[in-house]
Amino acid sequence: MAEGLRLEGVRLSQGERSLLEIDACVPPGTVTTLMGPSGSGKSTLLSFVMGDLAPGFRAEGRVTLDGRDLTGLAPEARHIGILYQDPLLFPHLDVAANLAFGLPRGGRRAARRAAVEAALSEVALEGYGPRDPATLSGGQAARVALMRVLLSAPRALLLDEPFSKLDAELRAQMRELVFDRARVAAIPVLLVTHDAADAEAAGGPVIRL
Amino acid sequence: MLRPLPLATAAILSGPVLLGLLGTVLPAVGLGPLGTGLTLDPVREVLAWPGLPQAMALSLTSGLLSTLGALAVAMLILAGWHGTRAFTLLERLLSPLLAVPHAAAALGLAFLIAPSGWIARLPALALGWDVPPDLLIVQDRLGLALTAGLIAKELPFLLLMMLAALGQTDQRRRMAVARSLGQGRVAGWVKTVFPSLYAQVRLPVLVVLVYAMTNVDVALILGPNTPPTLSVQVTRWMTDPDLGQRAVAAAGAVVQLGLVLAALLAWQMGERLTARLGRAWVWSGRGLAERAARAAGLALGVLSALSILLGIAALALWSVAAGWRFPDLVPEALSARNWMRFGPEMLEVAGDTLALAAVSTAVSLLLVIGCLEAEHRFGLTVGQRALWLLYLPLLIPQVAFLPGLVAAAGSVGLGPSWPLVALGHVVFVLPYVFLSLSGPFRAWDGRLARVAAGLGARPDAVLWRLRLPMLLAPVLTAVAVGMAVSVGQYLPTLLLGGGRVSTLATEAVALAAGGNRRAIGIWGLGQTLAAFLPFALALLVPALVWRDRRGLRHG
Repeated sequence: MAEGLRLEGVRLSQGERSLLEIDACVPPGTVTTLMGPSGSGKSTLLSFVMGDLAPGFRAEGRVTLDGRDLTGLAPEARHIGILYQDPLLFPHLDVAANLAFGLPRGGRRAARRAAVEAALSEVALEGYGPRDPATLSGGQAARVALMRVLLSAPRALLLDEPFSKLDAELRAQMRELVFDRARVAAIPVLLVTHDAADAEAAGGPVIRL
Repeated sequence: MLRPLPLATAAILSGPVLLGLLGTVLPAVGLGPLGTGLTLDPVREVLAWPGLPQAMALSLTSGLLSTLGALAVAMLILAGWHGTRAFTLLERLLSPLLAVPHAAAALGLAFLIAPSGWIARLPALALGWDVPPDLLIVQDRLGLALTAGLIAKELPFLLLMMLAALGQTDQRRRMAVARSLGQGRVAGWVKTVFPSLYAQVRLPVLVVLVYAMTNVDVALILGPNTPPTLSVQVTRWMTDPDLGQRAVAAAGAVVQLGLVLAALLAWQMGERLTARLGRAWVWSGRGLAERAARAAGLALGVLSALSILLGIAALALWSVAAGWRFPDLVPEALSARNWMRFGPEMLEVAGDTLALAAVSTAVSLLLVIGCLEAEHRFGLTVGQRALWLLYLPLLIPQVAFLPGLVAAAGSVGLGPSWPLVALGHVVFVLPYVFLSLSGPFRAWDGRLARVAAGLGARPDAVLWRLRLPMLLAPVLTAVAVGMAVSVGQYLPTLLLGGGRVSTLATEAVALAAGGNRRAIGIWGLGQTLAAFLPFALALLVPALVWRDRRGLRHG
């Protein structure tokens, strides 16, 4: 099966120290969870999949996405979205411009605006377009970050402990929202976490490092 | 496009310095285009100059004493007052003084301490003198005025450099431990924080030492005349209409370079000795006279700030003074006549000065952003050696390599000219732009770049649409620092321009000898304002552009 995100014989090492070895296949519309203690190389693996492994790390094996070998591709050419625990909205752009940042090129101006407006109303943030991102609450900012990455039409989504900074109630809501959207978008999702509840909510296979 | 930039920048920094040194050493021994074959005559002529011993002694004492003084005051201020309200106040008072050009600060100080200056007028009024006392205060033979002026001007620089490095020394916890072990505030700080802080600011301290030993502008204004400091004498030989004196100037520059190297060596031995004494002090368990040390730090800091601030006030007041007789503290009347007479020419030269500053800063900024971006994209790590390279033009005395650079440029048909001056300014502006911008540039959250890449943005888009707009404030601050450095350059402008490129610095220093206080007031004030204008814009523009973006306040 060529669909989805596949990690084939991936081995990461830093200098002489071997960090992790992994083989995995994440089919579209499903979430695979990677669990492990800090320092186990989870975030390094995400960097490798994104295509910007820090100098000093070495990687073997390959990553394919929908059958395409990603080796050697620049990060921006991979169409892999990422969400961190911080929403990381661009502070100098308003909320709407943040959402428009990743919209695929082309289309008329009015259509792009409409897409952004629709994305905002999908997460109950109608009219928030002109707002300064620094004035949003934590939950609002997290939703904007999610819609920003989804609007860019990624072919896969990486989640780097995306819920760890939210309080318990928000966390449950955001989990549901993120997993739901990913399923609708029918893209493979790789979740890195050390929270067992995240893995449970994701409902997919769990790989322990 | 980007990858070769760090190498090109290294070449721009080191090329002129090395070429200039070569161009200085060769004529000093009779070689090169103007030479007559290998000879030691130029060196002999320098050694035969009767003023040499005293000129060398002046360079050494004014350089070493002013560096030690500025360092000691900065240390006392930080040790005694960091974290207090008095410190915040002092920091606000001293930081802007960093931008005041050396020449303007020296001119203002001269107005303050001269026998007919503001300070002498106080006892004159009280005691009823109607002529200034017959004392040689400014340009005294021992160079005390020069040393004091250098301390006042270098203190803000060292204090801000130390303050910037303080974050990496874990000072809060070290101080907590030291004080819980019974050390006083000042003694504890000097024993536990200062050693690692000094290691961080060592290069800037050496820059101050080299500058203090070899500067020409401050020494011309505040230093003695017969004989002057060695660097001033070298400049005189260099600008002598008799081209034969160029070889003598080159030989003098070589002597100056040797003197600086000897002083650096002595400084290094002093560092070791101080470290040994410090360890003995720690073993002894003795403390310090805490109250006296704190009082001295605050008093010297305030005195230093006031001497420059009041000096500028004196420049400003003279620029609008109608008549101002000796013991009076203020002019009889204010008038715009001085400005009508000298203002138009000053403003014209101010325009040229800012244009030169803008060009050299723009070139520097492009190179610096290119280097930092290359470092980020290709994972190049900038080691300690690169840092030395950055400091190279600041650690080699200007007076030692600029004469050679003029000769080297001349030998390939590049006579003194505006472009040559601009290139020369880049060599001195670039290090400061780099030092100012590299911290914020590297501290930018790299995850933003990854998020953007995940959204399909290319590295160029990340740089232009995210990183630089978010770093608008630090970029403009770096520009302001660069322009202030350029506005302050005296010797590069004089020598590389062959006397035909005038800036506020060259004109203000030239006027200093004349003694027309109204003209000096206008030109000195003009130079100060030209250095401040970019800083004002650097504060104002980001505040306006990002006024609706809370996430970008405080940088």
